Amino acid sequence: MSSKDDTILELRDVTRTFRISQGMFRQKATLTAVAGVSLKVKRGEVYALVGESGSGKSTLAKMLLGLLPPSSGEILIDGTPIAATDRIAVARRIQPIFQDPYSSLNPRKSISQLIALPLVVHGIGTSAERQKKVAEMLDVVGLPRRLLDASPSQLSGGQRQRVAIARALVMKPEVVICDEPTSALDVSVQAQILNLLLELKKELGLTYFFISHNLAVVEHLADRVAVMYLGRFVEERTRAGLFAQPRHPYTRALLESVLTPDPDLGVPDTHLGATFPNPLTPVAGCAFHPRCPSALEICRVAPPPVAQQPDGWATCHLAQAASSPAPQPAH
Amino acid sequence: MALLEVQNLVIDIPTDAGVLHAVSGISFSLERGETLAIVGESGSGKSLTSLALMDLLPRRAQRKADRIAFDGTDLQSISASGMRKLRGNRMAMIFQEPMTSLNPSYTIGNQLMEALTCHRRVPAKEARDRAIHLLEKVGITAADKRMGQYPHQLSGGLRQRVMIAMALMCGPDLIIADEPTTALDVTIQAQILHLIADLQKEFGMAVILITHDLGVVARVADKVGVMYAGRLVETGSARDVFKDPRHPYTRGLLECIPVPGRTQPGMPLGAIRGQVPNLIGKLEGCAFRNRCDFAAGECAGTIPLAAPTPAHDVRCVRLPALEATA
Repeated sequence: MSSKDDTILELRDVTRTFRISQGMFRQKATLTAVAGVSLKVKRGEVYALVGESGSGKSTLAKMLLGLLPPSSGEILIDGTPIAATDRIAVARRIQPIFQDPYSSLNPRKSISQLIALPLVVHGIGTSAERQKKVAEMLDVVGLPRRLLDASPSQLSGGQRQRVAIARALVMKPEVVICDEPTSALDVSVQAQILNLLLELKKELGLTYFFISHNLAVVEHLADRVAVMYLGRFVEERTRAGLFAQPRHPYTRALLESVLTPDPDLGVPDTHLGATFPNPLTPVAGCAFHPRCPSALEICRVAPPPVAQQPDGWATCHLAQAASSPAPQPAH
Repeated sequence: MALLEVQNLVIDIPTDAGVLHAVSGISFSLERGETLAIVGESGSGKSLTSLALMDLLPRRAQRKADRIAFDGTDLQSISASGMRKLRGNRMAMIFQEPMTSLNPSYTIGNQLMEALTCHRRVPAKEARDRAIHLLEKVGITAADKRMGQYPHQLSGGLRQRVMIAMALMCGPDLIIADEPTTALDVTIQAQILHLIADLQKEFGMAVILITHDLGVVARVADKVGVMYAGRLVETGSARDVFKDPRHPYTRGLLECIPVPGRTQPGMPLGAIRGQVPNLIGKLEGCAFRNRCDFAAGECAGTIPLAAPTPAHDVRCVRLPALEATA
């Protein structure tokens, strides 16, 4: 198989802007939620996207699901642009699992109706065949069949998230977009759901696009990790490389903020300034420089270059200096 | 004398199906300047415990205790107006949701100043100065300008800082923080935790931290109480509980979380089988026994407190059997 066939999901310079009202008599402002993102997700890998709230993760997820068209750029599944594909056909191949199983399941439907709905929408099978399929899905996600006629309100958070997973997988998608799938769950339930996701990936050969702000979870699950800050990817590396040697100062700050349950360690100091970035007023140079503890003069004026790493890249003036040999004098 | 003393606190909620025993007999005490973390999963009763201390329980919930004393004052016999004088004044609370716990139709300054003027007769100028001083203290720049802003004009991190500043307006002796950082980004979380610790040092406040985040607990707590199904199953110093956990539930919880360097990426995480028990009706024995790998017949009986080391209490009758497997 050539390397080209390996790519199941590709973004080419995708940008999404929104027009934000500033008040009745003021001009609308442009908010760039996603700015020129390019990425390739390989078949069968777990591609994780991390970043803080407002970094554009969820906008990106919506575009991948075909729920939001990009302002510019292209999204391709298996080499075919999403824009040129019917939305229903896209949904057959990419399915989401959302963060909050309390709001993502219709409270008026039974569990079997919820899981069968994608089959109904796509007109697959007879009613009896669909019921059989739904019952099988319950087994796959580890829910007892007696819950078929239950309503979501009778289920615990972990059970609801299992229903959401069953609904996402019933169409046998190739890619699953997991948008913070365990953030709303208790730690013991989170462990069960993460174990289930890993197991299903192995059994069904799934590809995960995994969005999370929990770096410990990402380290556990991901093959490759991209870090997003204010709409831009600032670093994309393999899991091992990123966690061992983060190149971007923002990635470093994120990693330092992970609180492992070690009573001998205190609360880390990230040295990030408190200046909260306003996405409506982009700064010159590197978008991260107002908060960066090691910002140089050049960071304030010039956009950072892409510094290639053996296992990926980072966009930072400092990473550039660290990874390439010192420039030789011209003469 | 301990700043806060709680003995045998019980919270019952009558429901159509019977009485729900949300909290069944927990005891703890807290000294000035100390941080106690109460950790547990949803439904363990940790948030109701904090509301019970502030006398803010929902109307139908019933609070009983052998003793709840704050700085020597019995909070069970105190009048409603006496409690109002303590609440927000000497005992303050930081709620989880900075998005919903600020009033959207008043300015930040208005709400901050009210926290002081409803307890003290102070000129508005003095209240305003204190509000600005505390906003600066919690790391908000241009505090003067922020005073005139409304909550929707602030980010989540800033709103949570405003909540902390508000809790500090009267210089409380005790702050109860219910999941103060759960809704925040990790980098902001670290900043807020630093802030609480710094202020605690400066003002000698005691803090009760209610959370489900074991990482936060390990890093900031002096004392830890692990709550399960309305009971404290293990209490001790943070070192005791995290380095030498004894209760099967505590051990199970610690194995559930991925820890870089300890858990193997991609390998199954430890999981606690089954679900939290229904707390309606008569409860007997250890509430964890139907999920516990070490459960035996004796777990259905009364569970006395075992203390493997001084100041480390565990509610488990199977400790000897557990030691044998360790």
